[in-house]
Amino acid sequence: MIDENAHSVRSAAHGLIIMRLSASNLTAERGGRIIFTNLSFALEAGESLTVTGPNGAGKSTLLRVLAGLLPRLGGDISLTPSTDATITEQVHYVGHADALKGLLTASENLQFLGPMLDAGHGGMAVDAALAEFGLSHIAGLPAAYLSAGQKRRVTLARLLAVKRPLWLLDEPFTALDAASQALMARLMTSHLAQGGMIVAATHARLGLPGRDLRLGAHS
Amino acid sequence: MKKMRRVPSHATPPPLFALFLRDIRISRRLGGGTSLGVVFFLILVTLTAFAIGPDLALLGKIAPAILWISGLLATLLGLDRLFQADYEDGSLDLLLTSRTPLELIVLVKCLAHWLLTGLPLAAAAPFFGLMLNLPASQLWSVTLSLLAGTPALTLIGAIGAALTVSLRRGGLLLAILILPLCVPVLIFGVAAASAGPASPVPFATPFLILCALTLITIAGAPFAAAFALRHANA
Repeated sequence: MIDENAHSVRSAAHGLIIMRLSASNLTAERGGRIIFTNLSFALEAGESLTVTGPNGAGKSTLLRVLAGLLPRLGGDISLTPSTDATITEQVHYVGHADALKGLLTASENLQFLGPMLDAGHGGMAVDAALAEFGLSHIAGLPAAYLSAGQKRRVTLARLLAVKRPLWLLDEPFTALDAASQALMARLMTSHLAQGGMIVAATHARLGLPGRDLRLGAHS
Repeated sequence: MKKMRRVPSHATPPPLFALFLRDIRISRRLGGGTSLGVVFFLILVTLTAFAIGPDLALLGKIAPAILWISGLLATLLGLDRLFQADYEDGSLDLLLTSRTPLELIVLVKCLAHWLLTGLPLAAAAPFFGLMLNLPASQLWSVTLSLLAGTPALTLIGAIGAALTVSLRRGGLLLAILILPLCVPVLIFGVAAASAGPASPVPFATPFLILCALTLITIAGAPFAAAFALRHANA
């Protein structure tokens, strides 16, 4: 018992405390329509789950359900070891929206997220995270003036600025150029190598180690 | 209690303070910000004065009511964007994945909103009171009543803003939802504002009830608004 506590405290210092994520018999609906039923999967630390499927198959819904942003109709999501932090507090959810404030500069946007998402678990400094994405030169520009790809990169930079164990990425490569896609692929691989987990909904080929989940379209 | 634990970290401000700074910064860069609400307040007061005509005695008598109605409408201004901007750009999802309780996030956003709308209104009220021939003895009671009552208006408005967060043109619905709820605040606000040496009602009674209403909304509205925000997507 003491050993387990010591372990979770040590891992907490790195922000990586999930050893296993398992979902069983998930059912979700939106607007009265069942999107998927009885979906089960499990992920170990260091593994990714690539969710594919045609438009409307429920990829984004699955990510939002996992993040706890949408209530699920049925099923169970559990984390091992169980902590007092909910799954919602341990995920990085990167959805379609950039979640950037156009009036704030790129670095102000990220600086806000640090304290808000509880940085201090070994996340990178804001400048370093922006530099990693090649955005140092536009750090002082209001986000409204950035191109779609640049905005996307600022959004993704929060994955580095705040360390959280489970990344839920909805189409992570949208609007990114080839170089940024390669960079993102490297960052995802290194996140997995450090014992993190990724669930990504995508149409692109990510080439990550882990499992695949194909959702069928409900007609 | 569990949600409040903090890991010591390197010079990061507390999350709620960071949120407060962000909201203030955005409002100020939006242009106008504070002054817009006060100008709207001024226009409403002036229009009412023109509509009533040059009867100074009548104007002085109903000045507290005019100031309160105008203050109420000016507080509504921009309230529909309180959570909607965060909802539309995805920031709300981020706030929901924070370890800070959403109820406190709502409260801090209301505080930032009130500092930039309600507080300037209260500060401008004595000057606009002079324009309406308000007796000098009542200038303070109007200002104090607006100071104590406008936080309640913002917080009641936050419930409406949270309920209409996913509606693109929710401004009108917001007004319809919350204006009836503002009636008690308006009644005791105007009663406190009208109190003066000549009036039969003492200042303290309605003023203390007004303060109580504000405290009730501080305690209750964040829970209602947070509940509505959590279910905005479902």
